[in-house]
Amino acid sequence: MSEQPPERVRVTSPWTERPRLRPRATAASEIDAQSEVGAIYVGTLLRAQLRLAASTLLWLGLTIGLLPLVFTLVPWLTTQHVLGMPVSWGLLAFGCYPVLVLLAWRYVRRAERNERAFARVVERS
Amino acid sequence: MNSHALGFVAVVLVTVATLAIGTWGLRFSRTTSDFFVASRSVRPGLNASAISGEYLSAASFLGIAGLVLSFGAEMLWYPVGWTAGYLVLLVLVAAPLRRSGAYTLPDFAEARLDSRTVRTLASVMVVAIGWLYVMPQLQGAGVALRTATGLPEWAGGLVVAVVVLLNVLSGGMRSITFVQAFQYWLKLTALLVPLAFLVVVWLGDGGRSAADPSLFVGGQSGTSWADPIAFVGDHPLYSTYSLMVATFLGTMGLPHVVVRFYTNPDGRAARQTTVAVLALLGLFYVLPPVYAALGRLYAPDLVGTTGADGVVLELPARMIGHLGGDLLTALLTAGAFAAFLATSSGLTIAVAGVITQDVMSKRVEGVTAFRLSAVVAVVVPFLLALVARDVAVATVVGLAFAMAAATFCPLLVLGIWWRGLTDAGALAGLLVGGALTGGAVVDNLMVDRTSGWFAALVDQPAAWAVPLSFATMVVVSRLTPHRAPVHTSRFMVRLHTPEAVELDRG
Repeated sequence: MSEQPPERVRVTSPWTERPRLRPRATAASEIDAQSEVGAIYVGTLLRAQLRLAASTLLWLGLTIGLLPLVFTLVPWLTTQHVLGMPVSWGLLAFGCYPVLVLLAWRYVRRAERNERAFARVVERS
Repeated sequence: MNSHALGFVAVVLVTVATLAIGTWGLRFSRTTSDFFVASRSVRPGLNASAISGEYLSAASFLGIAGLVLSFGAEMLWYPVGWTAGYLVLLVLVAAPLRRSGAYTLPDFAEARLDSRTVRTLASVMVVAIGWLYVMPQLQGAGVALRTATGLPEWAGGLVVAVVVLLNVLSGGMRSITFVQAFQYWLKLTALLVPLAFLVVVWLGDGGRSAADPSLFVGGQSGTSWADPIAFVGDHPLYSTYSLMVATFLGTMGLPHVVVRFYTNPDGRAARQTTVAVLALLGLFYVLPPVYAALGRLYAPDLVGTTGADGVVLELPARMIGHLGGDLLTALLTAGAFAAFLATSSGLTIAVAGVITQDVMSKRVEGVTAFRLSAVVAVVVPFLLALVARDVAVATVVGLAFAMAAATFCPLLVLGIWWRGLTDAGALAGLLVGGALTGGAVVDNLMVDRTSGWFAALVDQPAAWAVPLSFATMVVVSRLTPHRAPVHTSRFMVRLHTPEAVELDRG
């Protein structure tokens, strides 16, 4: 009745060791396997880049894109002269290029930031 | 006579320099990949100079000043649009296109959509747009060479065709990269240095404004000339916006522009290159309007004539004269010639690349196939230029932009950002866009319409043709969702993830 119970022996199948040896799923392996999780990682990057592209194009539309409308609605810009030429002429001939370079520079900085964030997530996991 | 001799020397010098740099580049060209895309190892700074050198064609070097001189400030939208096109290309296309790993536009179409039919149609479009763009370059070269040296018109086109061919045959893309980088800086110098002298002369003469309301040239007052929305036709606002659509969206679809992006080492470099290109183009494009304004004061007889395109070359002789004027004219001639050579070379490479891959490579091996294709790519537009004597240069270049905007722009943008694009959708969109813009241009060339909405719509077709092409691609793709390629997800991974992250990219 009060006999010592037999010493416990752990009995396992050799097969159950196998899952433990499998590497933990990483973001990279999820993406490679085209799982739902992987699709979320890629989709997040894609949407961030698309939003950035859209906002840059919106800025292009709001600056240079609005110029014809502004010139039509504000004749003062064409009647007012600076250094002998109308203000509107100067804006169009010289003013657009710095705006374009600035928008491009802003875009590249942010696009690379998005990619660095993606790389951090994928490589950390 | 003296000025003709100097002009001749200038043309010879540019030709020799181009060939010499091209031969130097030959030492590096060994494989087929070198020939097509310089083995994808060109640094952003050098590549940006090369892209800008290639992009600034005769239309930029001579054409803008002539257009602004004749038609007024509304023509300034052209250079602004040609530059803004690179911003649109940067944000929508640059890095993913490089990461797609394809050589040419048809390669991209096939890799993305897994369809030989779309590939074939894209190849036909590349060759059509390329030839349409080279032909006016050769014609313009004829006009410039006649002005500068007195040679007959066909000679200029022939010289450009031969030099381009020698260069492409000897070194392919790698030597073209060095040649075109050199040509950007040559073009900038050739426009900047004479302008400095001309402005000093203008200030010495009292510095009268070209926009002076009492200054009438060709029946147009200074006020009307300097008004940036006084478009010819009844609907200036529509024409302005349609031109914007064509130039903003057309740049990404030009075959010689796109092919250069494959020479970047990776997607990040492709972006940095594009920013540098924007800066270099902006630097260049502030110069032609000043030539146009000076032309209104010193060369009013050219306004509205075919000689207006030559205003840049004419001004030094008229404002300075003597040996100094002749030397400056020779420098400008050299720059103009560099413009013809650079753009024609780039387009020849692009067209030859497509012909090699889709026609020749099945019959002949690697580099020989490319050389044969290059001969075809130059000879056909040269013959076209001989036959089509009277087609206006600006009209043809405008057609190329509108066509690229209505065909390759939707293909690239939807292919890169929308998983749902199918081969059937792409095919339908390419056909609709190509047919609409092609039809508009044929109508433009055959019928002379000057007033009414129809004239405005046909004159600038991009504003309606591009949305229709986009809509066709989306609707037909939605109707055929089962045709979306199975590898789409993995292809999206390849297009949008940075190369440094180790992933399976198919």
